[in-house]
Amino acid sequence: MIARSDFAAIAQWVTPNAKVLDLGCGDGSLLKYLKEARGTHGYGIEIDDANILACVKKGVNVIQMDLETGLSGFEPQSFDFVILSQTLQAMRNIELVMKEILRVGRQGILTIPNFGYWRRRIQIIGGRMPVSEDLPYQWYDTPNIHLCTLGDFEAFCRGHGVRILDRQVMCKDEAVSFLPNLLGNLAVYRFERAG
Amino acid sequence: MHSQSPSVGIVTPQIAHFDAPLTLKSGAVLDAYELVYETYGTLNADKTNAILVCHALSGNHHVAGFRSEQDKRPGWWDNMIGPGKPVDTDRFFVIGLNNLGGCHGSTGPSSLDPKTGKPYGKAFPIVTVEDWVETQARLADRLGIESFAAIMGGSLGGMQVLSWTILHPQRVKHGLVIASAPKLTAQNIAFNDVARQAILTDPDFHGGDFYAHDVVPKRGLRLARMLGHITYLSDDVMGEKFGRILKNDVFQFGYGVEFEVESYLRYQGDKFAASFDANTYLLMTKALDYFDPTHHHRVSLSEAMKPARADFLVLSFTSDWRFAPGRSREIVKALLDNNLNVSYAEITAAHGHDAFLMPDPHYHSLVRAYMSNVVRSLGI
Repeated sequence: MIARSDFAAIAQWVTPNAKVLDLGCGDGSLLKYLKEARGTHGYGIEIDDANILACVKKGVNVIQMDLETGLSGFEPQSFDFVILSQTLQAMRNIELVMKEILRVGRQGILTIPNFGYWRRRIQIIGGRMPVSEDLPYQWYDTPNIHLCTLGDFEAFCRGHGVRILDRQVMCKDEAVSFLPNLLGNLAVYRFERAG
Repeated sequence: MHSQSPSVGIVTPQIAHFDAPLTLKSGAVLDAYELVYETYGTLNADKTNAILVCHALSGNHHVAGFRSEQDKRPGWWDNMIGPGKPVDTDRFFVIGLNNLGGCHGSTGPSSLDPKTGKPYGKAFPIVTVEDWVETQARLADRLGIESFAAIMGGSLGGMQVLSWTILHPQRVKHGLVIASAPKLTAQNIAFNDVARQAILTDPDFHGGDFYAHDVVPKRGLRLARMLGHITYLSDDVMGEKFGRILKNDVFQFGYGVEFEVESYLRYQGDKFAASFDANTYLLMTKALDYFDPTHHHRVSLSEAMKPARADFLVLSFTSDWRFAPGRSREIVKALLDNNLNVSYAEITAAHGHDAFLMPDPHYHSLVRAYMSNVVRSLGI
């Protein structure tokens, strides 16, 4: 199985046998990966019929529901980790979903594309919206309505009672430590509720 | 000939006779009873590939296949169960039975009471979902089946699946709960009561002992079925199927059959009234009303499901307003609260509650995929 580049980064923070909830779990690849790598007990949430079927085929637990309405039906603090892998930027209500992640999960793990990545900045300077392999859409057909830079996301966390515990910034599968907001195209965060 | 779609072919029902007295939830005791059942596929040597199909309100043991060469209508879930079908009888040994209290061969109100030599009628005790599970477990014992690879059912059948996983957690590996609910709402009970009132107030009902009068409370049963039928369909599908189409192009200014929908409902009502037992209908609706694993909120549904050990597939249909998707989500929540493996899909379908009997491709793909995993996980 080909793992997406953020899978290993996510898995490194997931404790063995943890109970995980993957929001917008797609075809269930991450949950299957975590089950095999970490022995997790996982559930996915997904809205798309084809993805639901793909999850069932993989033997991954999946619940069909619309994330935009929150996580009603899930008890507070009932998961060790709630994961949102490359989904946040496509959601309408970011504040609600972040609040729900921290209500249902003891910790959250989130992957976001970095809109501050230098290649994207250059495309903007060139006068066009960025289009790349990891964000392949045109401005008019993109599902990604809430793109942000790492700086934006971290400011959001400070303002919304979210404490960042770990951050791994990557560029094409390589870890980036120097000027991450410029040189990284993807970041994985582990976080919890502050206070 | 039935060669166009693969089928289990011609099936013969079998009868299991039970002599050990059965104490029902009501306290009543049945000294002896019979269950009629059909099986499809072959039970493997380890007896690990058995699937139990639980029927809904008006269902029976004839789940798949045909009764004879001439039979044109296959069993009620033939599109789901058969060789190469979502529930593949080349892999699984599938059992369909008629529940106790039924009118298709299992002991019920229309059966002869050995004590009197006459039909039980009103003397037949009311049975519950839990009582059915008990009798189904006895049938499994008889067949040497220690545990089921899966138990599946839609609607009232799904309630039996839930009950199985609570009462006999070690005997169910997988539960498929389709278009069901953890208990009925007031609206649902109300529909059932109107149906019962139609039967109970039919002058031909004779307090349930109509057999002795050589009549059948057809009017009541027909009305009950017409009402039920409306609630099993969606507004959209009725609109699409019948709209306001008239049988004759102009209004007759009378009370005869004018609209196509009236004609359809009356046909369905008549057909049902001619073949179904009124007492069984009363009993089945009552079993639906009584089912409540929380015992009137004495415990939460999550606590009620605590004994369950099975993995679950829960399915609902978007246009089903009698057992709406929200009711399935209640079940899913209780399973999640108990850390049980569960997948849940809300299938986009126009057919209302009846959608669970329809051959929707996505619905069948989900069941097929889930059952393939059952095959793999149990090494069948």
